[in-house]
Amino acid sequence: MIHKFKQLGYNIVLDVNSGAVHLPDDCAYDMLDFLDAPMTEEMPADLPGKLPGYSESEVRESYAELYQLYKDGALFAEDDYEKYSNTMVKSPVKSMCLNVAHDCNLRCEYCFAQTGDFGGERCIMTPETGKKAIDFLIERSGNREQLELDFFGGEPLMAWDTVVQTVEYARSIEKQHGKHFRFTITTNGLLLDDEKIDYINREMSNCVLSLDGRREVTDRIRRTLNGKSCFDVIVPKFQKLVQNRGDKDYYVRATFTRYNLDFTDDILAMRDMGFVQLSAEPVVTDPGEPYSIRQEDLPRVFSEYDRLCEVMANRTEDKFNFFHFMVDLNAGPCAIKRLRGCGCGNDYVAVEPHGDIYPCHQFVGIEQWKMGNLYDGTFNDDIKTYFSKVHVYSKEGCRNCWAKFFCSGGCNANSFLYEGDVKKPYKLACEMQKKRLECAIALAADRAVKGQETPVFTEAPASMG
Amino acid sequence: MKEVFILKHITTINKANLKASALKGGCGKCQSSCQSACKTSCTVANQKCESVK
Ligand code: SF4
Ligand code: SF4
Repeated sequence: MIHKFKQLGYNIVLDVNSGAVHLPDDCAYDMLDFLDAPMTEEMPADLPGKLPGYSESEVRESYAELYQLYKDGALFAEDDYEKYSNTMVKSPVKSMCLNVAHDCNLRCEYCFAQTGDFGGERCIMTPETGKKAIDFLIERSGNREQLELDFFGGEPLMAWDTVVQTVEYARSIEKQHGKHFRFTITTNGLLLDDEKIDYINREMSNCVLSLDGRREVTDRIRRTLNGKSCFDVIVPKFQKLVQNRGDKDYYVRATFTRYNLDFTDDILAMRDMGFVQLSAEPVVTDPGEPYSIRQEDLPRVFSEYDRLCEVMANRTEDKFNFFHFMVDLNAGPCAIKRLRGCGCGNDYVAVEPHGDIYPCHQFVGIEQWKMGNLYDGTFNDDIKTYFSKVHVYSKEGCRNCWAKFFCSGGCNANSFLYEGDVKKPYKLACEMQKKRLECAIALAADRAVKGQETPVFTEAPASMG
Repeated sequence: MKEVFILKHITTINKANLKASALKGGCGKCQSSCQSACKTSCTVANQKCESVK
């Protein structure tokens, strides 16, 4: 299977099953419409007739080159990965999202956690529960040494004491168990002060700072409890944190909605504030919400991704990384990892303030997906087994999708929430995913052609990915 | 610069290494990678492999 597209002025061909990316000239690019495996060394006699715009010698040469790639396994490579998916078994738990606060000090209109409480009562996790979560992770992690824990909410800074005590506890016992914890945190920044900034910069290997870009965009949707602006409070705190962070990873991440489909301007605004590691995510919500992104918005979203892609390719100063356009075509994860993606409910779980365990933060509060509880020691193995078998060969439509080894089947929670089935990918998300991947591959191609280094990729926080 | 392979009509910008990665892959040491929008979602493809570090 191949996927061909044009972006940034390049003809681009992704050979899906080998991962090779080719930039053919027009003749070879057009020719690919008429070819498929198995290719023969002898050029099909009717091929020149199908490509009237090109000379016969050009067609002959191009064919010979494509055939060479085919023989080298870099074109029309076979999909023989299903055998790996059949052997997929449950994995040790190695990452956790710790929802330390089901409460928030902002009232962002689009919050999937429903203003922080996840549809339940507002509450803060006790340090005791945080420590129990650490014990759980260590106990369930088998031979995995590197363990990841993301402090999430709600707003995790509202449970600061729990954050600190959980980190200290983990640090105090990690060595004796032969483990190492990688902590990350996602915050809206309101409660940041010098002490917290120092602590985060010391202990957290990555942090995600939520901001929606331009002041008016941020203020429209990210409001304080009494409906006030948060922009002026938050931005200087984020700037301070990032300035003091050294070379540790961080992301300033925005959510874009129907209100700001010109989100490139928000990315650029955040760059102007001094932030370099940037992300903007399409809001995922009920299509009935006024700010939701709907099917009819997709052409506009796509043209905005095109614009951002061009801005990034042409920028020579004040460069930045855009999380969704980062792909390393030479040293990405192995094919096995790519079959299954997020690992939710299998090697990744979320724990909420009462100690209830769910497959991930987006399943929190949905009773049928509750996996167990830290206090009564329950942990539902059937759900774990179920998720261990959720991969691109068991999901509807992914098998034949060119993006499968980059996307890994999308977000299971979104599939469940919007299509009613974990194994049924959320169409709207698929469309945007594929567009972003085209941009990402084009930017990688552009760097390769220009002889530029692959940027150093900041890693995503554990559970945030 | 990464390997770029140039033929007359086609430039290839990477190695076709997905199959090889499957043979020695699956160690499970790599990071989890949430792809949703609420955290900073990624595609697994922008992850690093922990064993080639
Ligand atoms: S884009 Fe959609 S269909 Fe394609 S692999 Fe991802 S989830 Fe599956
Ligand atoms: S991608 Fe979706 S299902 Fe997977 S961990 Fe993220 S929110 Fe959960």
